[in-house]
Amino acid sequence: MPAHPSEPAQAHDIETGDIAGYRRPAKGTQPEYLHPAYASTRKRAPTRPLVLLPHTLSEITGPVFGHDDPCAEDADLTRQHEGEPLGERIIVAGRVLDDSNRPLPGALVEIWQCNAAGRYRHQNDTHAAPLDPNFTGTGRVVTDKDGYYRFVTIKPGAYPWRNHHNAWRPAHIHLSLFGRAFVSRLVTQMYFPGDPLLPHDPIFNGTADEKARNRLVAAFDWDATVPEHALGYRFDIVLRGREATPLHR
Amino acid sequence: MSDMDELIATPSQTVGPFFRIGMESLYTPDLAPGAADRIAIHGRVLDGDGQPVSDAILEIWQANAHGKYAHPDDAQALPLTPGFTGFGRVPTDTEGAFRFFTIRPGSVPGPGGGVQAPHLVVAVFMRGLLIHLLTRVYFPDEPSNATDPVLQLVPADRRTTLVARRNGNELEWNVILQGDNETVFFDY
Repeated sequence: MPAHPSEPAQAHDIETGDIAGYRRPAKGTQPEYLHPAYASTRKRAPTRPLVLLPHTLSEITGPVFGHDDPCAEDADLTRQHEGEPLGERIIVAGRVLDDSNRPLPGALVEIWQCNAAGRYRHQNDTHAAPLDPNFTGTGRVVTDKDGYYRFVTIKPGAYPWRNHHNAWRPAHIHLSLFGRAFVSRLVTQMYFPGDPLLPHDPIFNGTADEKARNRLVAAFDWDATVPEHALGYRFDIVLRGREATPLHR
Repeated sequence: MSDMDELIATPSQTVGPFFRIGMESLYTPDLAPGAADRIAIHGRVLDGDGQPVSDAILEIWQANAHGKYAHPDDAQALPLTPGFTGFGRVPTDTEGAFRFFTIRPGSVPGPGGGVQAPHLVVAVFMRGLLIHLLTRVYFPDEPSNATDPVLQLVPADRRTTLVARRNGNELEWNVILQGDNETVFFDY
């Protein structure tokens, strides 16, 4: 059942229906829909004005997932087959917080990635790199009571993607998160520190604000590193949090 | 709490073309298995050239038939429906088509003590969207659409893009990404 902590009672006045909404992002801290350097945005980004949506009960609620849903293998992508996958084993761990620095327990984190050679186990991935029979590239966890999550996986490879001449995606792991509300839903990608491809990647650079963009880069972390076993990377994820007081309209 | 305590939220990034690997385990094309009054909603996702988007994924969020969300922040004294989470997730096929089954939700509270007409909230993800789109599906032949506080915010000539239409025994609702019939998307 719901693993979410209870919110302050004043956040929702049932009598009037007035609700404290979720904080809207400051300009430049999230990507725009149209980002011409990323060619696929040109025919897919909305062209008409977006309609500003008040946050109603429909937006401040969202699906609730239980701790029991994922199993241990879902958190260790190196233990999902008979053998171990090839590549550099790594640990990716961190905390899911809201933008008021409060941990989010019970948040579902889904990840997917390519293998060490830069190939996804997907029928549409035609990159001429080998599949690894011991690697699917998918994981799921639910954050613990303090908002922490941890995956064991292998470091994904870079791969070409035809967006422009000689285009290569920096190594990345896709993450999908459900926070407390449907408006705090986040799908993102985690990158690795020092990757020389980052300054050239239109997807990474789709977020104008440098501080916000750098949230997408994990930090090498001695504390997460396990001796004789695997390097650790710390990746904290910040979801939109709730305004403190109801908006009266 | 001062502004100094606020953290910048993590930016969104595209799901890319290979999301199935990570998101398939929660594919939920039937939100209400076994419900007597189940309805099918189908449609297509089309890009700026009118071409089908074969690598989109839709997520649906809705209240139950009583207008109650299965969520701790819904304090209404209304019954939950056992087994009904209100969440759906469905990908498009090679023709850009999707179909999901659900029940018609009840009305839910709106801003300022108002009432919202029955609706589904839909998030749309795909390669080429660095941040997902948010839209809604309303139901045809629903008198309360005329006073729905969110529909009132939408220019009158675009409201029809948010209302499903009858197509045989099913409802049809399309996601048109660009152009004259472009679906209304929300700044959320």
